[in-house]
Amino acid sequence: MPGSEENTIVSFRHVSMQFPGVLANDDVSLDIRRGEVFALVGENGAGKSTLMNILYGMNAPTSGEVWVKGRRVESFSPRDAIDRGIGMVHQHFKLVPSFTVAQNIVLNCEPRRGIFYDFAAARKTVEKLVDEYGLQVNPGDRVEDISVGLQQRVEILKTFHRGADVLILDEPTAVLTPKETDELFSVIRSIVREKQMTVIIITHKLYEVMAISDRVGVMRQGRLVAVKETKEVDERILASLMVGKEVLLSALPHPDDHDDTVAVEVRDLTVKDNRGLLAVRGLSLKVERGEILGIVGIEGNGQSELIEAITGLRPIESGQIFIQGKDTRGLTPGKIRALGLAHVPEDRLSTGVSAKADITDNVVVGKEKTPEFSVAGIHMKRGAMKRYAQKLYEQFDIRGAGIDAQAGELSGGNMQKVVVAREFSYDTPVLIISQPTRGVDIGAMDFIHQQIMQKRNRSCAILLVSADLDELYRLSDRLVTIYEGRLTGEFTPGSIPKTEISYYMTGGGREEKK
Amino acid sequence: MDFASIFNVSTLLNTFNTATIVILAGLGCLMTDQAGMMNIGIDGMMTAGAFAAVMGSWLCGSWVMGLVFALAVGLLFGLFYGVFVIRFKSDEFIIGVALNIFAVAITTFILRSIPGQTGSFHPATGAVVKMPSIDLGFIAGTRVNLSVMVPLSWLLVLLCWVMLYRTPLGFWLHASGEHPESLRSVGRSPERMKFLGATLCGLFCGLSGAYLSISYLSTFTENMSASRGYVAVACVIFGRSNPPLVFLAALLFSLIDAVGQRLQGVVDPTLTSTFPYLGTILMMVLLALRNQAKKKRAA
Repeated sequence: MPGSEENTIVSFRHVSMQFPGVLANDDVSLDIRRGEVFALVGENGAGKSTLMNILYGMNAPTSGEVWVKGRRVESFSPRDAIDRGIGMVHQHFKLVPSFTVAQNIVLNCEPRRGIFYDFAAARKTVEKLVDEYGLQVNPGDRVEDISVGLQQRVEILKTFHRGADVLILDEPTAVLTPKETDELFSVIRSIVREKQMTVIIITHKLYEVMAISDRVGVMRQGRLVAVKETKEVDERILASLMVGKEVLLSALPHPDDHDDTVAVEVRDLTVKDNRGLLAVRGLSLKVERGEILGIVGIEGNGQSELIEAITGLRPIESGQIFIQGKDTRGLTPGKIRALGLAHVPEDRLSTGVSAKADITDNVVVGKEKTPEFSVAGIHMKRGAMKRYAQKLYEQFDIRGAGIDAQAGELSGGNMQKVVVAREFSYDTPVLIISQPTRGVDIGAMDFIHQQIMQKRNRSCAILLVSADLDELYRLSDRLVTIYEGRLTGEFTPGSIPKTEISYYMTGGGREEKK
Repeated sequence: MDFASIFNVSTLLNTFNTATIVILAGLGCLMTDQAGMMNIGIDGMMTAGAFAAVMGSWLCGSWVMGLVFALAVGLLFGLFYGVFVIRFKSDEFIIGVALNIFAVAITTFILRSIPGQTGSFHPATGAVVKMPSIDLGFIAGTRVNLSVMVPLSWLLVLLCWVMLYRTPLGFWLHASGEHPESLRSVGRSPERMKFLGATLCGLFCGLSGAYLSISYLSTFTENMSASRGYVAVACVIFGRSNPPLVFLAALLFSLIDAVGQRLQGVVDPTLTSTFPYLGTILMMVLLALRNQAKKKRAA
């Protein structure tokens, strides 16, 4: 077989993948060794997932060869990949929500008694897997009722049950809390050490590469640009390899020239979540023009509900919200926006863009009734819309198949740029931004950060919610921690080490204040 | 008009007889629903099946051939639905409506091209052979004669439940509807499972049509399903695609229908004929209320 090293388990040989309009993989050759943790990093759309989808048989490469365990892969399908011992945990889990954990784990290789599904055997199988790998799950729980972290375990156990010894994890930590991430990493370490598994992990987060991997491959624009031993590199080197430029995540200047006008004020706000439980409990805050107020907290502590209340997407129980001095009570989201507010929502796919509409429509929406784009709000000026979309497309460096492509076809980072392009071009005095760079590559992240800073320096009042502490440190003028719907502390970034912030994120500050 | 003259053995018998139409069609509908497709072409599939059954029975002089004809036509409609909805990804609603309109048109057309037939089928020669029925003798003074399809439909409800909730095949069918990618990622084609759903739907609708035209009645009349296909869809929604629940919904609907017929002596018959549909609306309201109550409980 090609690949001189004896312990090569997976080998890509000159693999190229051509999608309509995009060369997703460009002549990639890569050997993965048995029993290693291999990290694959790269910007969004760099071709990491595409390469791994080929290994998992979701796509056949346009050209090139794939070898697994000394055999050339002839037929590409998940079924064949599973038979070859390849398992993949996708970024979006492939679990049936209404099925139990056990049902999902044994899906398509169900234990049977006659023609019937054998419930007892399935339960036993799962219990055995749990014992063997130390991944605690309850076989009888319904998947829709368990946390995302547990769902991921179900996915991992699913691959083990199918006899996988090569495990592909696509952005496994994107949905996890820090604690769950630690747990996942210890599981990875133990299965590699004790079961001689091979793990390929796709990620954006460079500190995770450093923490977990033996070797790292860097992809850029479909090509594999470097493969290194992890101990020979550091985050700076990786970052520069990924973007092909000098390291971008430098500190951003925060010129101190903001005026003291309060643009957003929240007074004693309480809001309920979807289950009807109190998610925001008597929270007050102010954002002045020309400053960025960062809200930091572990997901599910009321951030989402707070943002939805401010933007009018969720009814409030009590308290008041003022945008530009006006009480928003009883106003529709549209009318609140008209007070001078724009909103980058946390979930770009479901609320940020209309996935099936083209990029032109997605960036123009909200302005479609202005004389610039329509005659009396009836006849659309397609030409003007397209010119405008093209301008934003270039200005915001959106990379895809052009302004006529569907927004849903863009990679995550580029989709986010579409949302940012639209919301920022409303030119409002208030910006509410939620998770602006979740699942976004470093290049796009830096670009979006620069745009946010520009807005700040032009006297925009910005409320920023993010799960990424580095991002909040880089951008915020002030930082507040949120825990169980209450603010637990206020800081200036730099005045407190990041490690100490987590103390307040887990409710630590409250008792002291009492 | 007293209570006993409304709720008696005859009413009950009527309920079971009518319910069978809806139960069989409902089983068909829930097969597509489980596989993630809302098939509103049930009514058309039934109409086509009913017509095919009458033709088969009349041409071959055997109810078995009537059944075979109906199943074959049902299968054809199911495959047609599958090809367009699954293969060509057409809008399932539009295909369903198209099937309904097409079925009424084609059956009416063929019926009228048989000499001497308009509106309903009354052959000059030969006869439409009915499916056998079981004579249970007199119960409380009423002669009870039950079509074999009635107990058979109950058995099918049980079989469908076992298939869907106790066998891997049923799991795959459901997974292909709820989360097709989960099935694909473990190496099974969700499209094939959806096709299975569409095919089973066609067969059950054919069966429902056959029961309607060569057992419940012994003739075909234009548009004879009388929109019971839509009622079946409502029962499937009401019963959350679970065969026993769909069965109960169908019984409830048919009870309302039967009581409505009993009341025809006292109330204007044009009003009583709206009962089944009022019942459907009532069921939907109940469903909405139940869902809201559930939400409140969760909160």
